[in-house]
Amino acid sequence: MNHPYLEVTGLKKSYGFKPILRGIDLSVEPGQCMALLGANGAGKTTLLRILAALTSPGAGTVRIGGLDLARDAQQARRLVGFVAHQPYLYDELTALENLLFFGRMYSVRRCKERASVLLERVGLVKRAGERTSALSRGQAQRLALARALLHEPRLLLLDEPDTGLDEEGIALLETLLQEHRQAGGAVLLTTHHLERALQWSERIGLLSGGRLTYQSETGGLEAGSVREVYQEALR
Amino acid sequence: MALAKHEPDVEQRDTGHTSKRKHAHFPYISLLLGLLSFTGMLVSICMIFLYAPMDAVQGEPQRIFYFHVPMAWLGMLGFGVVAAAGIGYLITKDERWDWAARASAELGAIFITLALVTGSIWGETIWGTWWTWDARLTTTLILWFIYISYLMLRSYLGRTPSSARAGAVLAIVGIIDVPIIYESVNWWRTLHPAQQVGVAGALPPSVVLTLMISLASFTLFYTFLMIQLYQLQRLQTLAQRLRAHLM
Amino acid sequence: MTFLEQVLAILWKDISCELRSKQTWMGMALFALLVLVIFNFAFDLRVDNKAAIAPGALWVAFVFASLLGLGRTIAAEREKGLMDRLLLCPVDRKAIYLAKLLGNLLFIGVVELVALPVFAALFNVPLFAGSLLPIVLLGTLGIASVGTLFSAIASATQARELLLPLLIFPLIVPVVIGAVRATGALMVPAANEPPWLGLITAFDVIFLSISMLTFEFVIEE
Repeated sequence: MNHPYLEVTGLKKSYGFKPILRGIDLSVEPGQCMALLGANGAGKTTLLRILAALTSPGAGTVRIGGLDLARDAQQARRLVGFVAHQPYLYDELTALENLLFFGRMYSVRRCKERASVLLERVGLVKRAGERTSALSRGQAQRLALARALLHEPRLLLLDEPDTGLDEEGIALLETLLQEHRQAGGAVLLTTHHLERALQWSERIGLLSGGRLTYQSETGGLEAGSVREVYQEALR
Repeated sequence: MALAKHEPDVEQRDTGHTSKRKHAHFPYISLLLGLLSFTGMLVSICMIFLYAPMDAVQGEPQRIFYFHVPMAWLGMLGFGVVAAAGIGYLITKDERWDWAARASAELGAIFITLALVTGSIWGETIWGTWWTWDARLTTTLILWFIYISYLMLRSYLGRTPSSARAGAVLAIVGIIDVPIIYESVNWWRTLHPAQQVGVAGALPPSVVLTLMISLASFTLFYTFLMIQLYQLQRLQTLAQRLRAHLM
Repeated sequence: MTFLEQVLAILWKDISCELRSKQTWMGMALFALLVLVIFNFAFDLRVDNKAAIAPGALWVAFVFASLLGLGRTIAAEREKGLMDRLLLCPVDRKAIYLAKLLGNLLFIGVVELVALPVFAALFNVPLFAGSLLPIVLLGTLGIASVGTLFSAIASATQARELLLPLLIFPLIVPVVIGAVRATGALMVPAANEPPWLGLITAFDVIFLSISMLTFEFVIEE
C-alpha cells in the first residue's frame, strides 16, 4: 500500500467569520486521480487554493509528498501544479514569454527547451509569439495547462479544467492527465460533469456545505446511483 | 457503500478561546490591580499637589509635568506592547496576541492624546503658545499619527488574520522608527533652538519621588485597563463569530 | 535561478507588462510634463531667500512623486488574483519585494530625472559634483522602501489612496528632515551640520531590511 501523496486531515477554513470548509478529510495516492463535485460556493475552489499554498487553512493539516504544508510551503509549491479558474497568465506577455517567466520562477532547468516542448504538446506552437490577451479562452486554458506542467509537478490541482475547452482540448487534457498519472503523479480536480468525473478518476467526492458528504472509489459505480446523491447535494 | 448523512450544521469552535470561560480572565489579578491603581492614583494626586515643591521658574503649572511624563511614557509603552504582541502573533498565529495588540493600541492612543494635550497646555503656560516644535512634543505628535494610522488600518481591514499581520508589521516598523524620528527631530531642533517643554537642570529628590510614584500608579492603571480592554476584544470577537454563524 | 536573477526576472516582467499596456506611456509622459509645469510655478519665487525654501519645495515635490509612483502599483496589485499567479510559485517573497521596490524606484526616478536638472539650473546647485545625486538616491530609497511595504498593505483596503500617505508620512519623517537639510547644506554650507546623509543611509539600511523580511507576512493570505 502506497503512502498517499496528498493527505488532508480535518481541514477547516473561514473567511472572516463565515465558515467555508468545516472539516475535510481526503487522500490521493500517487498515480491516482480524484474528482470533486459540488455546487458553486461549496468550497471547492477554497480547498484547491489551500492545497496550492495560496491561502493558509484555519485548522487541520495538509501533507503533500510527506511535506507539511504549514511548515514547508515553499518546497511544497515546487511539487504542485495548479490550473485555476483564471489562467494565471500575464496578458501583456506572449505565450512563450509567460512560460519562460514561470520557468524562471520555478527554477526550471533548460527552460527554453522545456517551454518549446510543452507549447508543442498543447498545440500552441503557432501562437507562441502572440500576446496572451489575443488568445481565445480555450487556448489560454491550454497555456495554463502548459504552465502547470512546466516544472514537472508531482501533484496536479485543476479547478474545473474542462470548462472553456473544446472537444479537442478535452481529449488533450485527458491524455495529459493520463501521462501524468502513469509517471506516478497524483491528480485532484473539480468538475461539474459527473460522467467525466467517473470516467477519469479512481475516487470521487461530493463537497456540500463545506463537508465531504460523500466519498467513494469509482470502480463499479453506476452513474445513476451517484446522480441522485449529486442532485440532492446541489439543492 | 455508505452515504454520509447531511447533518444539520453543528458548529465547531475554531479556537475555543472565546467561549470556554464563564467569567473574564484573571478576575483576581484584575481586582487587585484595580485596587492598587486606585490607591496609587489617590496617593499620586496628594503628592503632586501637596508634597512636591513648587518650581521656582515655572510656578504651579509645572505640576503638569507629573501627569504629562507618565502619559507620554504610557503612550510609548503602549506602542511597544502593540509591537511585541504583533511579533507574538506573527510567530504563533494565535489570535489572543492580536487581542492584546488591539487593546494596547486603543489604550496607548488615548494616553498619547492626553500626553499631547498636557504637553500643549504646559507649553502654553511656559511660552504662551499652544504649540512648539520641541523635540519631545513633535515626536509625541508623530507617534500619535502612527497610532491613528494603526487604528484606521485595523478598522478598514477588519478582524481577519491578514489584518492582524498587517497591524503587526506596521507596529514593528513604527516602534523601530520612533527612536530614529526622535533623534532626527532633535538634530533638526538644535539648528533652530526653539522653545523647549520640560524641566531643566537636576531634579530635587522630592520631585523625583513624586514622579516615580506617579509613573508607577499610572502604569498600574494601564495594566488594569489592559485587562479590561483585552476582555472587550475577546467578547467582540466572540460576538462577531456568533453573528456570522447565525447568518 | 539565483535570488538576484529572480528579482530581475520579476522586474523585467513588471516593466514589460506596464510598458506594453498603452495607458502607462501616455500617463507617464503627461505626468512628467505636469511636474515641469508645476515646478515652474513652485520655483517662481521672487524671494531673496530662495535657498531657504528651495530644498523643502524640491523634497515636497519628490514625496508627492513617490506617492504617485507607489500608488500606481496599488491600483493594479490587489485586483483579484494578480498577486496569486506569482505567489503560486516557490519564488522567495523577498525577491518579489525587491523587484517591486526597484520598479517603484525606476518610476519615481523618471520623474526626478525631469525635475532635478530644472532645480539644479535654477539654484546653481552642481548636479554631479557634490552629493546631490546620492542625497536624492538615498532619500528616495528610504521613502520607497517603506512605501513598497505599505502599498502592499494598503492595497487590500478600500480607501487605499487615503491610507497610504497616512501610513507612510509619519514613518518617513527622518528621511524628509535629513534630505531637506542635506540639500540645504549643499546650497548654503554651514558648519557643525549633523551627519544627515549618514542618518538617511542608516534609515535605508534598517528599513530596507525590515521591509524585506516582513513583506511575506503582508503579501500572503
